[in-house]
Amino acid sequence: MTITIPSNFLATAKISGLVALVFLLAACAQKPAPSGINDPDEANNRKMHAFNLALDETILKPLSSGYGGVPGPLKDGLTNFADNLDVPGDVVNNLVQGRPDYALENTLRFAVNTILGIGGLFDPASELGIMGKETDFGETLHVYGFGEGAYVELPLLGPSTERDVVGSIVDVGLNPVRLLLPSPESYVGTVAGLASRLGDRGQYSDTLDSILYQSADSYAQLRLLYLQNRRFELGQTIGDDSFLDPYEDPYGQ
Amino acid sequence: MANDLAFLSRRQVTAGLCAAAGVALLPVPSFALTDAQALTMVSKALNDVNAAVNSGKSQAALYSDFERIFVRYGDLPVIARSTLGPAARQASAGQMAAFTQAFQGYISRKYGRRFREFIGSVIEVTGARPVKSYVEVISVAKLRGSSPFELRWHVSDKSGKPLFFNIIIEGVNMLASESTEIRAMLDRRRGDINALIEDLKTA
Repeated sequence: MTITIPSNFLATAKISGLVALVFLLAACAQKPAPSGINDPDEANNRKMHAFNLALDETILKPLSSGYGGVPGPLKDGLTNFADNLDVPGDVVNNLVQGRPDYALENTLRFAVNTILGIGGLFDPASELGIMGKETDFGETLHVYGFGEGAYVELPLLGPSTERDVVGSIVDVGLNPVRLLLPSPESYVGTVAGLASRLGDRGQYSDTLDSILYQSADSYAQLRLLYLQNRRFELGQTIGDDSFLDPYEDPYGQ
Repeated sequence: MANDLAFLSRRQVTAGLCAAAGVALLPVPSFALTDAQALTMVSKALNDVNAAVNSGKSQAALYSDFERIFVRYGDLPVIARSTLGPAARQASAGQMAAFTQAFQGYISRKYGRRFREFIGSVIEVTGARPVKSYVEVISVAKLRGSSPFELRWHVSDKSGKPLFFNIIIEGVNMLASESTEIRAMLDRRRGDINALIEDLKTA
């Protein structure tokens, strides 16, 4: 007699392990609304940044400029397809965050793009004004009061925080598309996702190059950009004291 | 996901495209700045930017247009001093004048370059609200093929007329980014402001 372990069981086991990790990590990182920069492991992060820069220069940049030769409609199709695969994961997060209206909008977006947009290759939902509400498990943790923790630069993925590292790992397991598709087909999404990233690297090459290669300190610049934008996404910079008033503090300290 | 693109998500990249521009010389005396005045000023600045972007001029001509717009609507001495930080305390008046001049060219080229990526976009002013001692004007940029993103302008009349002193794009603010950059450039020159000024002229 042979014993087969259903792949869903394995996935469930993986998720419960991750959830345990989340609460372990987040429990240490709980903090009030963040300001400034918390980067106790800067030396190691800078090493990782140097690694990422080298990787970008030798592999990503050349690949993305080659990918630039792919016809626009095909690139758009791949990007749409990859984006659409992430939407069910967003819906799960919306629900856990207690935002049924966002979950509904994303569900509608997914249905429209999957059915009318031929499996997500086209994006008719945006044309109809259903822009969707992107989210992630890092935001879910934020909603439940977990602080961002220390800044981290990850290999390949780039800037993150302790909380969002956990979030990114959970998101991979949380996405119903990846859980439901059998093994070879589930890689389709991963491949489309990589192609979509290459497309972005090409489309925004001027801006990225200016941050990564023309800044006096690209590590500090990227860290600031990431933290400011992430806090904005989470609605943490709406307060009146989030920004500098150079008339009251002329030397920006 | 929080970190979708290899180094930055698309939203973060969009946020990195900081804009150039700012405030009209309103012939209004110096009582407290109203929301409407700040809003009018930002609208005029945006009109000038749109006219420049759509003029079909060469890149070099565009940069000088942007510099003109930046100086007309922005409080450059205050922005430059704030980004230089504590080092500005030790600098002489002559050094500060030279630094402000060099900074103004640098920021116009840098943000002018970014701004060209906005060609074909529509930026609409949607509202204004008082914040502490200044006014925040909110505008929304709509780029073809991507979600709209938010641009906020911080406007003050403490210089004697309404001028902007900060631009915030999707949470990323110019003063903070440029402080990081300028202070890193100064560190690289071991605190030598004159060398920093020379670097800025070609940056």
